[in-house]
Amino acid sequence: MAKEMHATPLLDQLESGPWPSFVTGIKRLAQDNDMMVDLLGQLETSYRTRKGYWKGGTVGVVGYGGGVIPRFTELKDKNEKALYPSAAEFHTIRIQPTPGFHYTSDLLRKFSDVWEKHGSGLLCLHGQSGDLMLQGCTTAAVQPCFDEVNAMGFDMGGAGPALRTASSCVGHARCEHSCYDEYAAHRQMINAFLDDMHRPALPYKWKFKFSGCANDCSNATQRADEAVIGTWRDDMKVDQEKVKEYVSTKGRKYIIDNVITRCPTNALALNDDDTLDVDNKNCVRCMHCINVMTKALAPGDDKGVMILVGGKRTLKIGDTFGTVIVPFMKVDTEEGLDELEDLSGRMIDFFAENALEHERCGEMIDRIGLANYLEGIEVDIDPNQIDVPRTNPYVRMDGWDEEVAKWEERKA
Amino acid sequence: MSAPRMPDETGVPDWEPYLHPALKKNYGQWSYHERPRNGVLLHVAKSGDKVWTVKAGSCRQMDIHTVRKIAQIADDYADGFIRFTMRSALEFMVTDESKVEPLIQACEDAGFPVGGTGPSVRMVSHTQGWLHCDIPGTDASGAVKALMDELFDDFKNQDMPNHVHITSSCCQINCGGQGDIAINIQHTKPPKINHDLVANVCERPTVVARCPVAAIRPAVVNGKPSLEVDEKKCVACGACFPPCPPMQINDPEHSKFAIWVGGKHSSTRSKPSFHKLVAAGLPNNAPRWPEVGEVVKKILKTYKEDAKDWERMGEWAERIGWPQFFEKTGLPFTKYHIDNWRGGRASLNASAHIRF
Ligand code: HEM
Ligand code: SF4
Ligand code: SF4
Ligand code: SF4
Ligand code: SF4
Repeated sequence: MAKEMHATPLLDQLESGPWPSFVTGIKRLAQDNDMMVDLLGQLETSYRTRKGYWKGGTVGVVGYGGGVIPRFTELKDKNEKALYPSAAEFHTIRIQPTPGFHYTSDLLRKFSDVWEKHGSGLLCLHGQSGDLMLQGCTTAAVQPCFDEVNAMGFDMGGAGPALRTASSCVGHARCEHSCYDEYAAHRQMINAFLDDMHRPALPYKWKFKFSGCANDCSNATQRADEAVIGTWRDDMKVDQEKVKEYVSTKGRKYIIDNVITRCPTNALALNDDDTLDVDNKNCVRCMHCINVMTKALAPGDDKGVMILVGGKRTLKIGDTFGTVIVPFMKVDTEEGLDELEDLSGRMIDFFAENALEHERCGEMIDRIGLANYLEGIEVDIDPNQIDVPRTNPYVRMDGWDEEVAKWEERKA
Repeated sequence: MSAPRMPDETGVPDWEPYLHPALKKNYGQWSYHERPRNGVLLHVAKSGDKVWTVKAGSCRQMDIHTVRKIAQIADDYADGFIRFTMRSALEFMVTDESKVEPLIQACEDAGFPVGGTGPSVRMVSHTQGWLHCDIPGTDASGAVKALMDELFDDFKNQDMPNHVHITSSCCQINCGGQGDIAINIQHTKPPKINHDLVANVCERPTVVARCPVAAIRPAVVNGKPSLEVDEKKCVACGACFPPCPPMQINDPEHSKFAIWVGGKHSSTRSKPSFHKLVAAGLPNNAPRWPEVGEVVKKILKTYKEDAKDWERMGEWAERIGWPQFFEKTGLPFTKYHIDNWRGGRASLNASAHIRF
C-alpha cells in the first residue's frame, strides 16, 4: 500500500470517455508505488497552473555519455524541499527496440518485471524517434535498471547531440510494397555508428529513418537527417487479368477517377479492353496506383533505395524536408549495404566536422549550398537532386567548361 | 569493490526472435493485402500463407499492468506475438481466420478499441508535455486522450476520404511531425526574463545564437549581467527557453494553441508538403481542451463531406483552393495566414488563377 493519494479533480476528468486513459494506468500504479502518487500530485499541479515543473540535469550509466533524460522536480517549498518528494527524481531511460517494434509476450513481461523492480512502472511505447522509454527512475536506480535491460540483449538509445535511435516501417516483415530489407539496413547503419550514439560528440542530433517505399510510413522524408526510402528501376509489374477484375468489380469510372487520373505524371492509361498501360519512363514510383490495386500492380524486380538528406522540424530556420542526394542504390547484397554504410559514414563525418554547434544537417546544407555539400561527401551531382534548375543569374560561372567536361565524363 | 559493469554495446537487437513465425517465414515475400473489416488487415504472401492483423488503439504512456494485459492477449489469442505501430497502436497477428473474432472481442473487452485501419483517423501522434518534458507549454497525453475520445468513431470507422494523421506538439520546437492536422502550442508574448537568475544559469552567447530573429542581446540589468529581448522583433518562438530557463516563455494565458492543416510525409500522388496555419488563439484549456476539439471536428467534417476518395487533407485543400477551405470550414482568414518568414513569397498567389 502506497502513501495517500493527492486529490486530482482535473486529471480525474481524463478517465471518462471511450479511449484508453493513461491517468487510469498511472492511478493503478499509484496503489502500491509512492513515486506515482507524487507524480500525480505534480501533474495535477501542472493541469491547474498550466505550467511544467521539470528541469534537466546530468544522469547516466557507466560507459555511456547519453541515453538517459534526467528530470528533477522544480516544485519546491521555501526551504527547497520537494513538494512531491517521491517523484523528485523522474528520469527516462531510452532503449532501442527491435526494428519494426516486434515483441513476444515474454519480452513484454520481462520489460514489465524489470521496470516494476527498478522504476515507476510507466513505459512509453514508443517515442517518435523510435525509443522504448522507461519513464520515472530515481538516479540511484538508473544503473541497476539498465544493467538488467542490457543483460536481456537491449541497448541504450540516443539523446543529446548524437546519433539517435532510428525507426523503420513494418516493411519486409508484413508489407507487399517493401523494396528493400529495412530492418537489415536499420540495424547495420545504427550499429556501425553506435559510438556516435553512446558518446555524444556531434554538433547536434542525427536521425535515420527507413521506409520501404514512397508511402514513407516511417515519416523519413521530413523527420530524418538521413532518410532511406525504397524504390525500383525497372518496369512496374502488372497482372492484366487482375486489372480486368478490378475494372469489372469496381467499374470503369471508379478506375478512371481513382487510379488513371490520379497519377501525378499521367503515366497511366486504361485501354478499351480494360487492360492497363504504364508509361514506366514517366512513372515516378509514387505508389498511388499500386496502393489502390494492390492485387494487380507491384513494384518491379530491380529494387533499391534512394537517400534523402536534411529533414528536420522547426528550430531554427523552419521545417525542412530531406532532399534527394542519391536517386538509386542497390542494397540487396552485403556489398550494397556496405556501400550505404560508407556513404552514411561520409555524411556523418562531414556533419561532425562542418556543422555549427546546434545546427542540423539540413541547416548546414542551406548555409553552404547543396553543391558544396555533395563535393564534401563525394557524391556526384545529378538532376534528380533538384525540382527545377536555378532561376536567378546571381552566380559566378567561369568554371563552366570544366563542369561540362565532368558531366561528359560521368555520362561516359 | 568490484569494477563497474561496462555495457554490452549491442545496439539494435536482432528482430528475428521477436517476429511472428508467419512473418519470419514470408519475410520480404508478400503479395497483397485487403481489409476484411474495420480494424482488420489480411496480408497474403506469395507462398499463399495468410496473416490477419487486428489493430487496436492504446495510450502511448502505458503502465506495466496494461503491458501485461497486452502480453496476455497475445498469449491467449495471438500466438504470443505483438507489434506496435509508429503511432502506438497494437497489432496482433494470427494465421487462423477463426481466431480473428475472439481476438477482436478480447481487445475490446480489455479496453483497446479495434480500428485505425484504412481511411480512418489514426491515433494522434504525440510528445511528452507536462508529464516529462522540461519545456512544455501544455500536456501531450491528456490533450491526445481528450481528442481521441471526441474522434472515437472516426478511429473505429473507415469512412474518411483517406487516412488522417493528426499530430500534437506541446511547444514550438514541435517534436510532433507534419500532420494532416497539427495541433501545436503557439506562444503569443515574448519571454518574461528573471534577470536575477540569468547570470548563474545561462550561457549567454549560446542563448543569443539560438534566436531565429536576432532579438536577444546581452545587457546589464540591476547591476547583473543578463539578457534583453527586443520585443518588437521577437516572434515568441520559445527557442531561447531551453538553453535559458529564466527566459520564461510559457504562460497560462498567452501560450495558445494553433491548428495547421495539410502536412504530408509521403510522396504518394503529390510530393510531401508542410502543414499550413489555419486557426490560432485557442486557449490552453486543460484538462479537455474543448475549443481545440471543436475546430478539429469542424475541419474533419468538412474534409469528410467534400474531399474525393484518396485525397489527403492537403491535397483536398489544394484542389478546392484555400479561399474555399476557409469558406467551407467557416474559419476566419487573417493577416497571420500570410507568410512573412524567409521564402514566404513562394506561398503567394503569383498567377491569374482565382476561383469564383
Ligand atoms: C529540450 C528538451 C527536449 C526534450 C525533453 C525533447 C523530448 C523529446 C522526446 C522525448 C522525443 C521522442 C523521443 C524518442 O522517441 O526517442 C522527441 C522527439 C523529437 N524532438 Fe525533442 N526534445 C527536446 C528538444 C528538442 C529540440 C530542441 C528539437 C528540435 C530542434 C526537438 C525536435 C524533436 C523532433 C523533431 C522529434 C521527433 C523526431 C522524430 O520523429 O524522429 N526536440 N523529443
Ligand atoms: S513505407 Fe511502403 S513498404 Fe514500408 S510499410 Fe509503408 S507501404 Fe509498406
Ligand atoms: S506509381 Fe504513381 S507515378 Fe507510377 S504509374 Fe502509379 S500513380 Fe503513376
Ligand atoms: S514538443 Fe516541446 S514541450 Fe513537447 S515534448 Fe517536444 S520539446 Fe518537449
Ligand atoms: S522567444 Fe524566440 S524570437 Fe523571442 S527572443 Fe526568444 S528565441 Fe528570440
